[in-house]
Amino acid sequence: MSSHPHDPANVTNPEHAEHRIVQPGTYIAVYIALLIFTGITVGAAFIDLHIFNPIIALAIACLKGVIVILFFMHVIFQSKLIKMTVGAGFFTFLILVAMTLTDYMSRSWGLW
Amino acid sequence: MDNTIVATHDIHAEEHHHVSLPQHRHHFETAEQQREAGTFGMWLFLLTEIMFFGGLFFAYLLYRNWYNPAFVAASNQLSIPLGTANTAILITSGFFMALGVWAAEVRKQGLLVLFLLLTTLFGFVFLGVKYVEYAEKFEKHHVPGASFDISEFVNPPINQKTGKPIEEPLSPDMARKTQVFFSLYFAMTGMHALHMIIGIFLLGWLTWRAQRGDFSSGYVAPIENFGLYWHFVDIVWIFLFPLLYLINRHPGS
Repeated sequence: MSSHPHDPANVTNPEHAEHRIVQPGTYIAVYIALLIFTGITVGAAFIDLHIFNPIIALAIACLKGVIVILFFMHVIFQSKLIKMTVGAGFFTFLILVAMTLTDYMSRSWGLW
Repeated sequence: MDNTIVATHDIHAEEHHHVSLPQHRHHFETAEQQREAGTFGMWLFLLTEIMFFGGLFFAYLLYRNWYNPAFVAASNQLSIPLGTANTAILITSGFFMALGVWAAEVRKQGLLVLFLLLTTLFGFVFLGVKYVEYAEKFEKHHVPGASFDISEFVNPPINQKTGKPIEEPLSPDMARKTQVFFSLYFAMTGMHALHMIIGIFLLGWLTWRAQRGDFSSGYVAPIENFGLYWHFVDIVWIFLFPLLYLINRHPGS
């Protein structure tokens, strides 16, 4: 502990990313991209692609979600701490799904 | 840096000269540190929300695979035009929220209030469309429970042109499983709508504070963190829309 009440290392810590204001132009581009992807996902639903229908629908949804997280939610401009926090959350969710699914798939699948 | 609270920091001073504005809390070294801590806390809350909705999405994944014919038939009951319109409406609402954060950052009070009001307006429109969709389900007895009606899935209406049913008829056993789809439909869209209703109340409070000038002097944390919440609700809908509305439209038949 430093004898000073305020540790100067905190002030110069490069981990605290410099704050950046996202300009409206970025938001307009993101908005248009989201509307276009909404159109594509609806259009793709009317083409019979068998097993690829849900895969494409989910891929587009993930892409839209990532765009919202990175730009509307500013994660792309945030510090590593925030990026890791967001990534860890989704990673933990995927573990949750995968582990639960292995359990369901290994016992009387579809019989209850 | 022109919009941030500049901490006048002198490591030789024993007194707390670095607090320059009331919103800068005493226990943070710099404005950046305070901002990052706030964002970090907000994201931790959103992670709990991901887990909460994640459980519902997992239930959907499981039952969709188990009772796929029932899910396909029940999903075709939802209106794609209304769902698509609502997706666009919600994205528009999120767009205005993002602009609101910008307006607060550049300290434009009038624009901030306008953008918050537009965010609220599109939120209400979304809920209005949702009301129309829910009302139709009640009329057709497609709400799970004692008065649930499977007849439309066992004996689908006949298409006048082809003389064939518009849907694959389901066995009564499978037709009863459409209740699982509608249960998940109401649980997922209902929890999503509840989040929006809470958000609209918060928007009202933020708009009132914004027009008082609270967020146009460099203090944007409440607007920024509410923005994160509102965009998270957007993301939930971005996944709900294809999963519930666009399961299988078998255009060939």
